Amino acid sequence: MTATPVSGPDKILLSHGEGGKRSHDLIGRVIARHFANPVLSNFFDSGLLGRIDGEIAFTTDGHVVTPAFFPGGDIGRLAVCGAVNDLAVCGAKGLAISCGLVLEEGFPIETLERVLMSMRDAAAEAGVFVACGDTKVVEKGKGDGIFINTAAIGVMAPGWRPSYEAVRPGDRILLSGTMGDHYIAVLVARQGLSVTAPVLSDMAPLGGLLLPAVERFGKGIRIMRDPTRGGVGVTLNEIATSAKARFVLDEERLPVRESVRGVCEILGFDPLYLANEGKALLIVDASAAEDVLVSLREHPLGREAAIVGEVAEGSPGVRMRTLAGGLRAVDYPVGDQLPRIC
Amino acid sequence: MKYIDDFRDPAAARALVERIRRDAGGAPMRIMEVCGTHTVSIARSGIRSLLAGAVSMVSGPGCPVCVTPDGYVDAAIALGSRPGVTLASFGDMLRVPGKSSSLEKERGKGLDIRVVYSPLDAVSMAAASPDREFVFLGVGFETTAPAIGGAIRTAAGLGVRNFSVLSSVRTIPEAMALLAGDPEIRIEGFLCPGHVSTIIGADAYRGLASEHRIPCVVAGFEPLDILLGISMLVLQRKEGAPSVENAYSRGVTASGNRKAQELIREVFAPCDTGWRGIGVIPGSGLRISDRYASFDAEKKHGVPVVFSEEDTGCRCGDVLKGKILPDGCPLFGKACVPEEPVGPCMVSSEGTCAAYYKYGGTLQ
Repeated sequence: MTATPVSGPDKILLSHGEGGKRSHDLIGRVIARHFANPVLSNFFDSGLLGRIDGEIAFTTDGHVVTPAFFPGGDIGRLAVCGAVNDLAVCGAKGLAISCGLVLEEGFPIETLERVLMSMRDAAAEAGVFVACGDTKVVEKGKGDGIFINTAAIGVMAPGWRPSYEAVRPGDRILLSGTMGDHYIAVLVARQGLSVTAPVLSDMAPLGGLLLPAVERFGKGIRIMRDPTRGGVGVTLNEIATSAKARFVLDEERLPVRESVRGVCEILGFDPLYLANEGKALLIVDASAAEDVLVSLREHPLGREAAIVGEVAEGSPGVRMRTLAGGLRAVDYPVGDQLPRIC
Repeated sequence: MKYIDDFRDPAAARALVERIRRDAGGAPMRIMEVCGTHTVSIARSGIRSLLAGAVSMVSGPGCPVCVTPDGYVDAAIALGSRPGVTLASFGDMLRVPGKSSSLEKERGKGLDIRVVYSPLDAVSMAAASPDREFVFLGVGFETTAPAIGGAIRTAAGLGVRNFSVLSSVRTIPEAMALLAGDPEIRIEGFLCPGHVSTIIGADAYRGLASEHRIPCVVAGFEPLDILLGISMLVLQRKEGAPSVENAYSRGVTASGNRKAQELIREVFAPCDTGWRGIGVIPGSGLRISDRYASFDAEKKHGVPVVFSEEDTGCRCGDVLKGKILPDGCPLFGKACVPEEPVGPCMVSSEGTCAAYYKYGGTLQ
């Protein structure tokens, strides 16, 4: 993937954000070139999406990850995946996204193009297009190279809605793959750690994995969430609170990549609390759980899916049956310094 | 993962739990785990709930941050408030409450406190800024003592004169002896600290075991290490033959690390010292020896650490002595939480209360 050279300055200048000729050139020659599609190319003040059939889902997500490039992805791909995955776990097929860029003065335009191409590719993978956008430039020192905000709009699978009320004792907890890959990939890139086995971020659009399962199993799937910031531990606590449910995880069945475990052992992290960007948690009716698992595993993004626990009777909260056979609480982490990872 | 999975094998854990239950014979054995890292590992692996009815685990005073008295924090703040003084500390100490403030709060007001990972970092800082006075807050047990002693010896060798240590170094066996003799606590066995024992050696507990007729087993930190240690303690009780055994032979020898011991003897000298919530324990402290007196911040700057029993309503003392579990303290989880700790046991991640708060104690 190489960027097509653009005449003019090779770094972002304040004048790129001032609305004049430079702004026009940046948007027209750089940004819109990568995202060209019939809606965006009109350059109206809104993307005119036309009539949409079905129930609409709408979400937004800000992205400030540092560094902007890391093994397995970059901030552009993350910005697309983050938004469309919020739709996917709500059972919605992504249709269009927005692209709000905040660029720091001095940011290399060549790097911006790499980010945009990565967004373009991820959008194609997710089956969405960029319908509208905005670009602002901040003075040097007032940003961190590039921040991206994306919003996404999608259409719900007919007849399905996520439901906390539907969660009941006996339901199974499914996780679509290994924990912590994204966090560790970013951490390794940021700290310049030397790791023998490379860890790649897991970021991927999840619609292709989740939506067929929703269509096939309908209300057998109670609720889905993507365990991003705070990881599986925090996301499950949030579901437990909203659903007034008690979750019991089985440590033995929680999938964690060897290389991620290695870094966690050395640095004292618990993979349960590490961010993922291409994983989903599903609370599923017990009678459907095995079939949902098989269907997830048929998809490349769900090969390592596992049933990792179940919903039990008792007060709301998350517990874990440990490898040693004991039981312990899995609470919100307190006071941990979490660097910017998404 | 090789060398880690072996120590977490569920089948082996089940076998050990069965053995412990069988040998305990229905009368729960009261075992104290002395070390803070054990406390965290026990909480994290759910061992307390796993052994309910067979073993009752109580946590001891083995988190150095937790037992550092508020007078020490006050002395550190007084030192740091002097013009031209920079404090260097391990990160854990920053939130520990003194009488009226903490290092973290004072840093917000402008005190120069730098977090370091090694005492040697503080020596390097001092060497790089000869116009400032650097005081390292030397808090720890036998495990940390060699590193602090090494830093002092290095500073002496390099002629770094603007460096000193405010020592709050403690030795564990004296505290264990005091607790073993306390009829209120009724300890039937000690799970001896793995890291401390790498330095002092398993033989360091022989006097304790024979004098108090109390089983002592040195254990490592993985779940199977701990279960093995507990099973050996339960068996000792059953057979009525208290002794010192080593379940952590891959890290600990009978005589310990002689080089580290020599370093400690060279740089430090035993003294009486106050433990938060416990009181003054004779011979349980390490002050800086006369030979290195010029590196003793108390002497150099004339700021003594004054020990007094504080009363905050917090029952850290009873927690540290194993008299109550954290949820027996009226402040636990209410006025005292990790974000706003009242007592030191809630401050350090290895504190008994913090581990209970995070992992839910017995979950009963």
